[in-house]
Amino acid sequence: MAHSAKLRLENLSMTFATPTGSFQALAPVNLDIATGKFVSLIGPSGCGKSTIFNIVAGLQIPSGGRVRIDGEDATGTIGRVGYMLQKDLLLPWRTVVDNIVLGMEIQGVPPREARDRALPYMKRYGLGGFENQYPSALSGGMRQRAALLRTLLLDNDVVLLDEPFGALDAQTKSQMQEWLLQIWADFGKTIIFVTHDVDESIYLSDEVCVMGTRPGRVIERMTVPLARPRPRSVVTHPDFIAMKQECMDLLNQQYAKPELAEAV
Amino acid sequence: MTYTTSSSSTLPMHQSASKAQTRPKQYRRLPVSREWPTWIIALIQLGIVAAVLAYWEIGARLGWIDSFFWSQPSAIWETFKIFFSTGSAYTDIAFTFRSTLLGFFFGTLAGSALGLSFWWSRNYAAIAQPYIICFESLPKLALAPLIILVFGMGLASKVAIAMALTLVVSTLTTYSGVKAVDRDSERLFYSLGANRWQVFTKLIIPSCLPWVISVLRVNIGLALTGSIVGEFIASQHGLGRTILYAGQTYEIALVWVAVAVLSALSIVMYLSVSWIETKLRKGVMH
Repeated sequence: MAHSAKLRLENLSMTFATPTGSFQALAPVNLDIATGKFVSLIGPSGCGKSTIFNIVAGLQIPSGGRVRIDGEDATGTIGRVGYMLQKDLLLPWRTVVDNIVLGMEIQGVPPREARDRALPYMKRYGLGGFENQYPSALSGGMRQRAALLRTLLLDNDVVLLDEPFGALDAQTKSQMQEWLLQIWADFGKTIIFVTHDVDESIYLSDEVCVMGTRPGRVIERMTVPLARPRPRSVVTHPDFIAMKQECMDLLNQQYAKPELAEAV
Repeated sequence: MTYTTSSSSTLPMHQSASKAQTRPKQYRRLPVSREWPTWIIALIQLGIVAAVLAYWEIGARLGWIDSFFWSQPSAIWETFKIFFSTGSAYTDIAFTFRSTLLGFFFGTLAGSALGLSFWWSRNYAAIAQPYIICFESLPKLALAPLIILVFGMGLASKVAIAMALTLVVSTLTTYSGVKAVDRDSERLFYSLGANRWQVFTKLIIPSCLPWVISVLRVNIGLALTGSIVGEFIASQHGLGRTILYAGQTYEIALVWVAVAVLSALSIVMYLSVSWIETKLRKGVMH
């Protein structure tokens, strides 16, 4: 590779002490993600996806291993990556624009400058006119958009999205997927996307990592062989279907495990 | 036995049965109550007051009711006029009102600040926990004589008693608000790179404001109670003092007057605080 990885997980592992002995949530995970790539993580519940995100965001210290961003050791530091949860977590006492500038406000950007940065993006991405309204006035899809804008407007190159569209209905979900691809093209961030929806992961990403559970680890890493821009009709393309089949086989192997029978 | 068939016949075996079984099935209807118009309700409310007053006055005059122990509306009215013209009405009202408001304000403020401070350190919260529970279960009014001993007979002791009552309520409610803050919201703030002070001012305090506001109505009542009890024990002014003094000197009419004025004062304060609460809630919750 000519350039070094934007985000590198080196031997990342996580072990918890439980009353019945130690529990390994994450077996040593090694992952390199190049700049500007869109990578999805799919896997059953308990495969460590959220643990990885918490570690990368600095909210959890790993039992072993390191996180490197642009080559620098970033383990345990907060505020270096954008992190979006499934819940939009918009603060009800702040207006929509004040919510969107929250990240910038925390990082010390002057309020005027922060607003000036946020307003054009709000207009561009369908939130124009709602600046001084409160989150209760927004629909589910718009709330997720506001939360995503909040995440993206920080100066972080890496963005972690934890099932951001999981709570939306099917139509809103596909609109949001289009919108996300648009935003990704505009902002050029490196995105790691977690989802349970195999279709979604293949449609959106450059690479898909299938994860396994007990202990959490990456089983397989596949490149998506479809050119961009991808029309919605690509979901019936033979390559798409082949890849989907492969992912589902890997996942079903996971679900067939006896330990998982009680867990799921 | 012969039986005839008709167009509305039931099964033959029921024809000789009791009448109840051949009645068509009755279905219940939704119970509906019609509400009386407001003016009728208001009229009845006033009517009740008028009837009680009339019975009292007539009863006192005719001797059914002992007017020495109960007094009567006409005497109460006369005493009311004297109380407000040459009596201590205004000083008393001002005294009670002032001590109530000060106790309410400082007690709510200190209590809320204390409750919020428990977010800051879980260790400090754990240490304080048994003391708070102890203080909360104790009837604070039992401390009133001690407080008066320490703070004297003047305004300060009444404010202190009112504060003792309101502070604990505010502390516990605010602390509940602190515990109810969404963990994920805290994580969001930290993931954005916030420090503890930013989380405290931008997340915790705004989250707890609805909780603080919700107890204002309770606190004003408690503050008034605290003031009155303090005045009962030892005071030179105040409506509570007047009630006690009048009771001890058998000026029953004055007792009623003071109680009535106190009720009016308490209603005014309660309504004002309710109004403030509504305004604040609109400003804080969207």
